[in-house]
Amino acid sequence: MNDAKVIRLTINGRDSDVGALPNETLLETLRGLAHFEVKSGCEKGDCGACAVLVDGQAVDSCLTLTWTVAGAAVTTVSGLGTVDAPHPLHTAFIERGAAQCGYCTPGLIIAAQSMLDNDTRDPDEDDIRIALSGNLCRCTGYTKVFDAVDEAARIMREGGESS
Amino acid sequence: MSDAQARGGANIEFRQVGRPLARIDAPGKVHGKTRYAGDYVLPGMLHAKVLRSPEASALLTHIDVSRARALPGVACVLTHAELPDRLAPTDIPGQTGRKRLDTDQQILVRERVRYHGEPLALVAADTPAIADKALELIAFDLEPFPGVYSVEEALTPGAPVVQGTDNVVSTYKVRKGDVEAGFAAADTIIEKTYRTQFIEHAFLEPEVGLAWVDENEVVNIRMSTQVIEHFRFIAEAIGVPHNKVRILGSMVGGGFGGKEDITVEIYLALLARATGRPVRLCYTREDSFFGHGKRHPFTITHRTGFTRDGKITALTVDMTADAGAYVYLSPYVLLYATVASPGPYRVDNLHVDARAVATNNMFTSAFRGFGAAQACVAHEQQMDEAANALGIDPLELRRRNFLRTGDAIATGVPIESAVWSDECMTRAWQALGERPPHRGPVKIGRGVAAYQQSYGRITWLHDTSEAWVGVEMDGTVVVRSGVTDIGGGQVSALAQIAAELLGVNLSDVTVYNSDSATTPLAGTTTATRALYMTGNAVRLAAEAVRNRLLERAAREFDVQMHEVDAANSMVFVREQPLTEMTLTDLVATCASEGIHRSELVMFRAPFTDGIDAETGQGRVHPDYAYGAQAVEVAVDTETGEVTVLKSVGAHDVGQAINPDAVEGQIEGGTSQGHGYALSEELIYEKGKLVTPSFSEYLIPTAMDMPRVQSIILESRSGVGPFGAKGIGEPSLTPVAPAIANAVADAIGVRITDLPITPEKVVEALASVEDP
Repeated sequence: MNDAKVIRLTINGRDSDVGALPNETLLETLRGLAHFEVKSGCEKGDCGACAVLVDGQAVDSCLTLTWTVAGAAVTTVSGLGTVDAPHPLHTAFIERGAAQCGYCTPGLIIAAQSMLDNDTRDPDEDDIRIALSGNLCRCTGYTKVFDAVDEAARIMREGGESS
Repeated sequence: MSDAQARGGANIEFRQVGRPLARIDAPGKVHGKTRYAGDYVLPGMLHAKVLRSPEASALLTHIDVSRARALPGVACVLTHAELPDRLAPTDIPGQTGRKRLDTDQQILVRERVRYHGEPLALVAADTPAIADKALELIAFDLEPFPGVYSVEEALTPGAPVVQGTDNVVSTYKVRKGDVEAGFAAADTIIEKTYRTQFIEHAFLEPEVGLAWVDENEVVNIRMSTQVIEHFRFIAEAIGVPHNKVRILGSMVGGGFGGKEDITVEIYLALLARATGRPVRLCYTREDSFFGHGKRHPFTITHRTGFTRDGKITALTVDMTADAGAYVYLSPYVLLYATVASPGPYRVDNLHVDARAVATNNMFTSAFRGFGAAQACVAHEQQMDEAANALGIDPLELRRRNFLRTGDAIATGVPIESAVWSDECMTRAWQALGERPPHRGPVKIGRGVAAYQQSYGRITWLHDTSEAWVGVEMDGTVVVRSGVTDIGGGQVSALAQIAAELLGVNLSDVTVYNSDSATTPLAGTTTATRALYMTGNAVRLAAEAVRNRLLERAAREFDVQMHEVDAANSMVFVREQPLTEMTLTDLVATCASEGIHRSELVMFRAPFTDGIDAETGQGRVHPDYAYGAQAVEVAVDTETGEVTVLKSVGAHDVGQAINPDAVEGQIEGGTSQGHGYALSEELIYEKGKLVTPSFSEYLIPTAMDMPRVQSIILESRSGVGPFGAKGIGEPSLTPVAPAIANAVADAIGVRITDLPITPEKVVEALASVEDP
């Protein structure tokens, strides 16, 4: 651990100083901090299961070296809301039955949130498909995921969410 | 129309069952709180890695692990030399306890390497990085050894034998009716060969487990698995009694049959015992591509006789499956393919010859559809070929041949439940709507496919499933059952059944599942059996508790038991709604009087003997599901690209316990069928996998999938709870052939080898334009 450096991250709104090796990925760092909601599916940037927001933009945490995001705000699916105060995406994914095995679900929600925050709150079918195209899901066929993102976008447009 | 065929009209009122409720597992998953097997940690935990053979057929002449053992932070390195003289089972009849076939595999390579990726050594170290480094420090020599890399090579006289005495792993045949007479009566005979490819499950959660040995010398393994009852075979493999291995499941991040066989359990058990420390083994994605069995490639030839008006007079089917380097579930997959080979059609004169053949390719085993999917690829393309030759509409040709309730299937057994193939096919086709025109070089095509898929395990495996249901003192309900939940909502469906029968809401039910030590053993989550088997066990247990509670309430109300009902945690007289009490009060009364508030039930599937080996006649499965897929595709004749515009699955599920979950299965099965038809293929070159990543092995993305339309029909004729059938496997089975038929419809030429890649489309078009 001689090469480890202390990196300041703001994870889901809380500041953390974490020791990270130069070749350590943000995925490893987050899971090492018990952020098990960040899933590892391929460690090659192919599947999107590990997606998190870094300063509001969705990234594959498996391809992001922790040292390169020093000082950044990192948001996982658990940071978007809680069971008592859920984000519209949480609610829509539950109500629309968009999670099956659930392993890809955190990454899909993060990708959708990145689109809704950075690109458009009024996404059409193509916007949603493009936003989710880096996130593989083997269970749902994406149909209910599209429905859930549509629904969440509508609720957010109608002012149901403050972020 | 027989009783079963007509039963769908029955008017049943449910309060919980049949409603599209949010699944009880949804909030945990959506908020990131659900713990998968890889999310558990223990103090002092080691990290394991597997060294794999870079060759497909070779002799291990030398292996030296001394430098790896000497690396600081390495706790343990195991090779065949350290292992007890034991084998890993590859053919598991699950909880039945029947003797398995003689098919076992070496745990680590002793001398002969039989497939690319076969494990040579195991390492456990303080960190994953140290374990990786240790793998690099293991020196070994592999001497080339003659191998066979296709079924054709494997069946050549004098070919190298992969294992055992013969490369033919398994055979089945059907001899039913008089095929010669049937062909003599035919006006037209169609013969064609269809091929399918190796397919990867591609669950998003790679194989993972965490093992530790407790103070009672029990090896505990927290696993991502479809089958916790492998504990027995793990115990035998490591040489301890069955009651010294415990499998704790957790939510499984996708299975599809790929977590049906033992994956990392034995490695974990060996390393935990050797080190005395907890050990986690988490496969990388590449490990996962190399580490579990694939879907069998099949070559299937149909020769079908038809009368001029489209009635099938005779059918011969010849099918050969690549079993790969070890047996695993190949005999069962082959049997399912044999049973499904004629499809949902009445064929009185039928010959089937089926064989599974060992090669030095990756071993093949269970995958959603389990042989019936490959059979469907053939029989449904054959029906379209025949329709074309006979000049009969493809739907009409199917209608003239569909099985009806009471007709004998391939194995001679009459089908007892509803066969709503026509209803499903017609509804799916109608849902495609108006046919759009061709757009220049982009040709539109439509296709349909119907299927017969079993649900429930083979009846001579004597399948059973147990569940415990009880009511707590506050009126909440507990279900305990060993069933594993692999994402289809298996556990939530059990909760919905218990809620229905005990008169509570879904949120009042908690299910404890998937622990081989503490939950009653429920069998596997495979074979579209979890709802059928464990759903029935929960139903029976909940009914027993309900009856005792309502009997006590009836005495309280001074009415007959059948007059009492329960809903919303209240118990009341149906005709006098003001005569009521809370479930909590009733439970308190029962508790004080010693009335049992729980029940443990074993549900038994029908038990039969095996089929006749010479004729293939006899019962194989408890029942069958029927349905159809209709698709519309656009084929760009310049680039060869196929886009699926519409995809509709229509299935008779008997009774939907949760329609949203059923739709989820249909949508997901459909997407796997799209990949099967168009983009997915594991490519083995001389046995070596050259596509071990998601950038080379292409599963459908959000860009590829249309919104899938689901049509749920309910005949209430199945053998599951409330007349349910099953939907896990059926949802996938008809999809790929429907797409193949649609592509052929669009471009006028059939591509008989899956997947239908742009290259094959362009080549096929060139071959007809420029003969």
